[in-house]
Amino acid sequence: MVASGLSEPHLLAQIGAVARRSVIRTIRQRGLLVFPILFPLILFAINGSALSAATKIPGFPPVSYRAFLLAVPFMQGALFVAVTAGVDLARDIESGFFNRLAMTPVRPSAMLAGQMGGPLLVAAIQSVIYLIVGIATGVGIASGVGGALVLLALSVLIAFGFAGVGTLLALRFGSGEAVQAMFPLLFVTLFLSSSSLPRNLLKVSWFHFVATYNPASYLIEGIRSLVISGWDARALALGFGFALAILVLTIGLSSLAMKNRLQRS
Amino acid sequence: MRRFASVTRGVAWRSIHNTIKTPSVLVPSILFPLFFLAAFAGGLSKIAQVPSFHYRAGYTAFQFVFVFLQSSAFGGVFTGFAVARDFDSGFARRLLLSAPNRGGIIAGYTIGAALRWFLTGTVVTIAALIAGMNVDGSGIQLIGLLGVGLMVNLVAALWAIGTAMFLRTEQAGAVIQMPVFVIVFLAPVYVPLNLLTGWIHAVAKYNPATVVLEAGRGLFDASPVKVALAFIVLAAGAAVMAAWARRGLASAERAG
Amino acid sequence: MSAAPAIEVENLVREFKKGPRAVDGIDLAVEPGEIYGFLGPNGAGKSTTVLMLTTLLPPTSGRASVGGYDIVRDGAHVRASIGAALQEAALDAILTGREHLMLQGTLQGIPRSDRARRTQELLNRVGLSEAADRRVGGYSGGMKRRLDLALALVHEPRILFLDEPTTGLDLQSRTALWAEVDRLAHEDGITVFLTTQYLEEADALADRVGIIDHGHIVAEDTPENLKAEIGYPTVEVLPADVSLGDGFASALEGFGKLVRGDDGSIAVQLPGGEAQLAEVVRALDAAGLHVASLHLHQPSLDDVFLAKTGRKLEGSSDEAEEPVEAPSRRGRRGRRGR
Repeated sequence: MVASGLSEPHLLAQIGAVARRSVIRTIRQRGLLVFPILFPLILFAINGSALSAATKIPGFPPVSYRAFLLAVPFMQGALFVAVTAGVDLARDIESGFFNRLAMTPVRPSAMLAGQMGGPLLVAAIQSVIYLIVGIATGVGIASGVGGALVLLALSVLIAFGFAGVGTLLALRFGSGEAVQAMFPLLFVTLFLSSSSLPRNLLKVSWFHFVATYNPASYLIEGIRSLVISGWDARALALGFGFALAILVLTIGLSSLAMKNRLQRS
Repeated sequence: MRRFASVTRGVAWRSIHNTIKTPSVLVPSILFPLFFLAAFAGGLSKIAQVPSFHYRAGYTAFQFVFVFLQSSAFGGVFTGFAVARDFDSGFARRLLLSAPNRGGIIAGYTIGAALRWFLTGTVVTIAALIAGMNVDGSGIQLIGLLGVGLMVNLVAALWAIGTAMFLRTEQAGAVIQMPVFVIVFLAPVYVPLNLLTGWIHAVAKYNPATVVLEAGRGLFDASPVKVALAFIVLAAGAAVMAAWARRGLASAERAG
Repeated sequence: MSAAPAIEVENLVREFKKGPRAVDGIDLAVEPGEIYGFLGPNGAGKSTTVLMLTTLLPPTSGRASVGGYDIVRDGAHVRASIGAALQEAALDAILTGREHLMLQGTLQGIPRSDRARRTQELLNRVGLSEAADRRVGGYSGGMKRRLDLALALVHEPRILFLDEPTTGLDLQSRTALWAEVDRLAHEDGITVFLTTQYLEEADALADRVGIIDHGHIVAEDTPENLKAEIGYPTVEVLPADVSLGDGFASALEGFGKLVRGDDGSIAVQLPGGEAQLAEVVRALDAAGLHVASLHLHQPSLDDVFLAKTGRKLEGSSDEAEEPVEAPSRRGRRGRRGR
């Protein structure tokens, strides 16, 4: 409902306005992006070399360890996107800017989707950077140029889902500190997966069990398949499937949390 | 001397008291090492099947020593975060004004760091033992490992305290943490030095953290190697970082 | 026939879990074009009331209508009719003033063709044209408040909620904001619901004042009527020679109730108002009495609050304070030394 004499903006226009603000904020705080982009690359450099002996384990795929590991920075980057999205929204809630938006005719779905604008821009940029660095360090993309584009799409989709996690935490707790405190837990999820070794080479039974039921394993394996296997329909289906499922779940829960947070009639 | 001791005691007490009373600080500092132990020892255990991987006590013990020493290093780093927070909140100024011997402030923080690590190290050790880790080292050798850990904690704490005092803001966290992180992870973390190849082998070979880590692992599986060198490296590190911390304190005093 | 109230509240209650009732059954009505001052100490329930009336917080019970729309059933209509500058300035430090207004304009449905014009108009109006393209993070407190007000006016609402709009501002900024609020109401006919903890703000701006304490409205009327209800102006005279106090008392007792202070001063109420001051001076002169000092004290809204609640408003907080002796017993003595 708008003031008399005005017409209600279209949903896309509302999303666009909120997203535009999110993107402006991201661009104007470029310095904050350095660490989230750099840290996964540092880990990639260190672990890619330090764990290269893993290729000698019987049963390890016949590829360089760096190629095997390239999927991981995309996932780590997605975690940082989750924190960024959550902290940004939490700051709006803490400062009262959220209430300012709530006073306008903006729809909750537009607020939610628009807030993701900046984090998704970051996800796109960092995915391109990781891919370029990977290729520059000698990793070949087995699925070719087309596969590289699909990889970028999957990576951004994963980041979108993780951004939903950050948003959900922000709406639930309303504080940037709480979002950041959850970050280690999200990192744990990444480690307890097939991030460092293929699932069939995870010897310790409980670890194997956790990695098998951890959606992060399938997200990583989806990206990894495009790098080391070519077109693996099963891995891609699982990767995209889990990415979409996480997205739907987190956005759905965020919408509920948004309704609770708004409390407005 | 008495003033030094009283200031040291007061600052150390506050440091450990605040850590215990703040779950959001205490819990991650205990959980993270546990979680690294689980991830590395659990997730990478097949590394032990790589030809030329020799560690008598097994891969869990191999990773335990790394996590034990890493938690020691990061225990020192977290103390630096606390110092930085004290500056942001203004409490550090109060401390500087009221302490009759300001050197005691640094000593107090480092003791606080050691006590904090004592908690973490104990939990990690118990967890590793429950996971069935083999312990091959003798009593003296294990005490030697503890000594290595304490020295690592001291070096890292002095670095972190000095840096925090130079920068005097919580934003200093990344500056404090990153060098320690890079030095620690550019050592033979997942496999022994002989199994590293490429640029990381070259870097790790000259990384002082490698000597320390290898000495620790050697003490743990009763095949001590380069222990004296490790202690010399650590003592030198402590001397350099003590001077760094002292200069940091002087910088904070000048800033008022 | 009089128009329906712009804001109408009936037995409005807001309870929080594990807490006291922040708003405990208030009734009020604000006429169109009126500036209604909602005055009370911290924790009295002012902001909670505003949050309910702006539909950001549902009431626990009771009803209210804003702009003719029910705050619970017709929230979207209410929001379309109002503008609000809430207690926190709620601005994005990274955006510029102009970007804030353009964003607000987009979300309020202002056509693209009008948005830039409306933005510039508002920037001119609140005196932020020169700073429009600077990031809000670099604005002073007064500038932020002005931007906040401009944002509330983007869609030309008929009702404006201002929650403690001048808290933390310097005198100049405060005065400028008062002037703008006064203009909005008395020239543009906008209804203003203003919460404040500053007596002089309510006194200077409000057509009517509602005083709230612990979730209840304890008094409501024009500032003049509220103060008149409490008492009359008092003139306090300190004789040049305090031993002549009896002479002063004789000269002044005909005017009204007398109170003699420990320091030899004499205070007398003036039922005829401050116009009687000249008569007091003439009476003292005629009696040949010389004064060291002479002060005229007007009753304030603080006196009103004190009379209604037993506590002073200024310096009071939501924590219970010891009750102060009511002014009717000690006259104006309690005002001395302020």
